[in-house]
Amino acid sequence: MTNNGKACIAGAFEHPTRNAPDKSVAQLHAECAKGALEDAGLTKNDVDGYFCAGDAPGMGPLSMVDYLNLRVRHVDSTDTGGSSYLLHVAHAAEAIALGKCSVALITLAGRPRSEGMATGTAPRQGNPAQPDLQFEFPYGPTVVNMYAMCAMRHMYQYGTTSEQLAWIKVAASEHARHNPNAMLRDVVSVQDVIDSPVVASPLHRLDCCVISDGGGALVVVAPEVMKDLKRPRVKIIGAGEATKGQSGGDVDLTFSGARWSGPRAFAEAGVKPADIQYASIYDSFTITVLMQIEDLGFCAKGEGGRFVADGNLIAGVGKLPFNTDGGGLCNNHPANRGGMTKVIEAVRQLRGEAHTAVQVRNCALALAHGTGGVLGSRHGSATLIMERE
Amino acid sequence: MSVRKLPAPEANPETSPYWEAAKKGVLLLRRCTSCGRAHHYPRALCPFCFGDRLEWQAASGKGTIYSFSVMQRAPVPYTIAYVTLEEGPTMLTNIVDCDFAALSIGMNVRLVFKPTEGGGALPMFTPG
Repeated sequence: MTNNGKACIAGAFEHPTRNAPDKSVAQLHAECAKGALEDAGLTKNDVDGYFCAGDAPGMGPLSMVDYLNLRVRHVDSTDTGGSSYLLHVAHAAEAIALGKCSVALITLAGRPRSEGMATGTAPRQGNPAQPDLQFEFPYGPTVVNMYAMCAMRHMYQYGTTSEQLAWIKVAASEHARHNPNAMLRDVVSVQDVIDSPVVASPLHRLDCCVISDGGGALVVVAPEVMKDLKRPRVKIIGAGEATKGQSGGDVDLTFSGARWSGPRAFAEAGVKPADIQYASIYDSFTITVLMQIEDLGFCAKGEGGRFVADGNLIAGVGKLPFNTDGGGLCNNHPANRGGMTKVIEAVRQLRGEAHTAVQVRNCALALAHGTGGVLGSRHGSATLIMERE
Repeated sequence: MSVRKLPAPEANPETSPYWEAAKKGVLLLRRCTSCGRAHHYPRALCPFCFGDRLEWQAASGKGTIYSFSVMQRAPVPYTIAYVTLEEGPTMLTNIVDCDFAALSIGMNVRLVFKPTEGGGALPMFTPG
């Protein structure tokens, strides 16, 4: 059995806020849930499956199911960081295919901006029972420097340059200028990125994503539910997941888990990277995008720098329009987890509802991919391929 | 210049020999007597074959920089790195006592220990 055609994305909603000191995290989840259900043309009482990850307050799904007052027969709170929500879409499709639920709600929300969180630059103290913690935390691993080491190694091994990485930010900024909700709407140049202060070498401030409040939600439904709804039919046709770590000391920073999750998704969908018309690619940092593009097979390993340069990711200009909402680099990175917004913009593209300036013409096949956790130590990888019927 | 404070690692029964040795200036590796491979960070079961007969082995302290990053946005800038040990495993660490601007991947480094808060010691590396 495969995921191909077993479920559709009926509802998608991105919260418009980027700064929410006046709202609670649970409230943001609820507002996103309401938005996605209204988008689908469904109600709260139609929901029989609920999915959330570590940003949801409370034990697994329990507090949020109770707060939202849902009556569900299937729950899943798998947490692979920012990639969780892509993985939830796949898990929802699997549950729907098995008859465990027919209307699955997935929510994400958080307020790292209004809570003043130093998301990328402060080492995070975790649970001492986490086996790697004592061997890492004392050395000051932050999100930025652990991704920066991937960039440093990529530059060493493949000759990738800071200018090539900067093109990824330039492309995101070209898209964000059309998004009235985006945090950063000014177009930047390669030189602007290079001239921004180094946070952790070789990554500059403008190589890093924004820190924003907000959230999003998705409604995944069975095909028989979808046929009664008025929204365009966005079908899930392929999904793949993987995890990657330090392998007992066999560390290789030159590739991501997309090397494994990507081919699984393409095989299930029966399509090739060259068939993809639009791609949402997780952009916590510019290097994240570059490595995932290589690992998903959009170009050969080591060619990512040349592939992303000269506007190749800009809608209407390049071969692979990416993150047309401005992505995490410019638009939004709610709860420090960008997987949700990756799916949402792919759904907009497939429905023809992206901003006209960035809409891919006749977009019928899209990919969304996420990396969650930390690229340089251990991360989850999730790839989703969607088709408009 | 202010000094960077190093938090103490929280040892547990599985890992306390490693941290006790560190206090004496020795970097221990775990080697599996079944498959013969050394690994890091140390576990009670071999992460390659699940063998449960493992030995502690003192590392030579020689290694090369696999990758690194200078954390500029910090109260005291520091360099995080992965160092590949002569014995095979690659470990997360810091590069210290050097000009960070002169560091490069592939550079030879040697083991040093730095004291942590609470009387422990952390294995780190310096060029040479």
